[in-house]
Amino acid sequence: MELDPKRYAGKRLLRREIPLSTNALREALQHQHFKQIPTLRKEKSSMYCNRCNATLPHLQNIDCQICGSKHLYCRNCIQMGRVSFCETFYEWAGPEPDWHIHDNPCAWEGELTRHQQIAADAIDQTMKQNGKLLVHAVCGAGKTEMLFQGITTSLQQGKRICLATPRADVVRELLPRFQQAFPTVSVQALYGGSPDKTGDGQLILATTHQLLRFYHAFDVLIIDEIDAFPFHADPMLHVASEKAKKPTCASIFLTATPRQKEKRQIAAKTLPHVFVPVRFHGQPLPVPASKLCFGMHKQLRKGTFPKGLLHWFNNRRNPTRQVLVFLPTVVLADTLQDEAMEVLRPSAQKILPKREAETLIRTVYAADKDREAKVQAFRNREIAIILTTTILERGVTFPSVDVAILDAAHDVFDEAALVQIAGRAGRSPADPTGEVVFFHEGRSDAMDKAVRAIQDMNRRAKRL
Amino acid sequence: MLEKNISLYSYEPFMQDYIARWKYRGDYVLGKVFEAEFRKLYHQHFQDSKYEVVPIPLSAERMADRGFNQAGELAAFTRAKQKDVLGRKHGEKQSKRSRLHRMTAENPFHLLSEPPKYAVLIDDIYTTGTTLRHAAQVLQENGTDFVAACTLIRG
Repeated sequence: MELDPKRYAGKRLLRREIPLSTNALREALQHQHFKQIPTLRKEKSSMYCNRCNATLPHLQNIDCQICGSKHLYCRNCIQMGRVSFCETFYEWAGPEPDWHIHDNPCAWEGELTRHQQIAADAIDQTMKQNGKLLVHAVCGAGKTEMLFQGITTSLQQGKRICLATPRADVVRELLPRFQQAFPTVSVQALYGGSPDKTGDGQLILATTHQLLRFYHAFDVLIIDEIDAFPFHADPMLHVASEKAKKPTCASIFLTATPRQKEKRQIAAKTLPHVFVPVRFHGQPLPVPASKLCFGMHKQLRKGTFPKGLLHWFNNRRNPTRQVLVFLPTVVLADTLQDEAMEVLRPSAQKILPKREAETLIRTVYAADKDREAKVQAFRNREIAIILTTTILERGVTFPSVDVAILDAAHDVFDEAALVQIAGRAGRSPADPTGEVVFFHEGRSDAMDKAVRAIQDMNRRAKRL
Repeated sequence: MLEKNISLYSYEPFMQDYIARWKYRGDYVLGKVFEAEFRKLYHQHFQDSKYEVVPIPLSAERMADRGFNQAGELAAFTRAKQKDVLGRKHGEKQSKRSRLHRMTAENPFHLLSEPPKYAVLIDDIYTTGTTLRHAAQVLQENGTDFVAACTLIRG
């Protein structure tokens, strides 16, 4: 039987991930189309998972009825299917796949701004030379479009490309954009529960978790939002992204808010970088204002909004803009929901006068089943005000919003989160400004740093 | 047919996620969390040593896929005398079937060896009760006088 190398190359798969009969697989092994790799390995008297590199205490014993003995399995990457000691990985050892060499794959006809073009050229060069590059671009700089030139060149060279990001929301948002930009290329989106599962496309969009399935697969790996949860804090995902690359591979990292580690690497010049301090519409980033609200914590505990917030709601410069209200916890979103319906209703009706009042105000959080639908409804201007946790802090674009952050000094709002949240405002060229207000009862370091970082980017943009 | 069913928990969303990871992802050690509580529950209702536990089996195919039977793990927690007397034909997962489909499905169980006189069936989740009723039917047709069930979760 002929096996398609595109389906299997660049992966280490468990038996149950290979849709072949026992006989077909045995035959493939005889023809050396696969080689078997142990699932766990021993190194300096410790065991490690060969997929995610975890060790104790992530490896635990299972009383396995398949092999009839007690042995280790990996709990760390179990979301992607259990890796057990008594199984093996199958790695493709057959002929290399021939990825299509595209003459002219890019159908995107937009134009880049001067600053986007500088970054696009740097990205293109890096991909050609299999180098590394950090692209630090402010929220709303138009990062995706900056990638198109380099991706086009790579496709012309018959390379395989992956754009990975920590957030499934972002993958879903990117898929139609890439399908439009590269209509002749096999583009696939992979995330938990995605309709596509095979992962045999030439251009893969994936969550960083999905990279665990790949091994020496990509000539170009782009990681978007490297500073986002869970990627920045999860060593497993760093292992996964390293393994997914071919031995020679270009790495492009994108971020609007680099963390300390990247800042250090930039300062030490160990990581080449390009900086895009200005939004694609050329207007400065909205600088957050701060409102001190005495007694806010007490009021929030009782389920009421601070007066300062209501005052702001009634005196906005543009009362027809939709509003994102960020809250530190799901619990708070829950306690404030009823109150919001009551006291924010007049403002909501001013935003969308023609809509039914009952559905104008909504809450959104990570485990919300209707999250996608609500976000879409907000985008369609069917919802006026959304109360949200940090789940909407990044990756989602609404053309014209004001942003309020309640209890902005709370621990969940670190510098990166606040910069990202502020970056939701003023995204559209038609309405390039927007208000961002921190409501607090005592400023935090993160708040000050976020404001300074935004001011600094605006200053650097002006100097250009 | 079933004398009674007793359960430890109800099936709320947190439990759903926990069970999914334990059973479907195969995170074996998660079962151990239930050990003490499940044993206590069992012995509250089935003190007498005449009772023997019969775990609801997996089909051979499902076992080859998962590597362990969560019902077997629960049965071992009771430390009661265990009899693996049932076998199971491979079919669709109960959780993928509609209520009507489950109720009208044919009995997947058959007998492997002589059943105990007093049997307590052990399973993880009691939803419509079809699985347990099917198992109870097979036992009773083959000489068991008393069948009850002890399940972790009432769905």
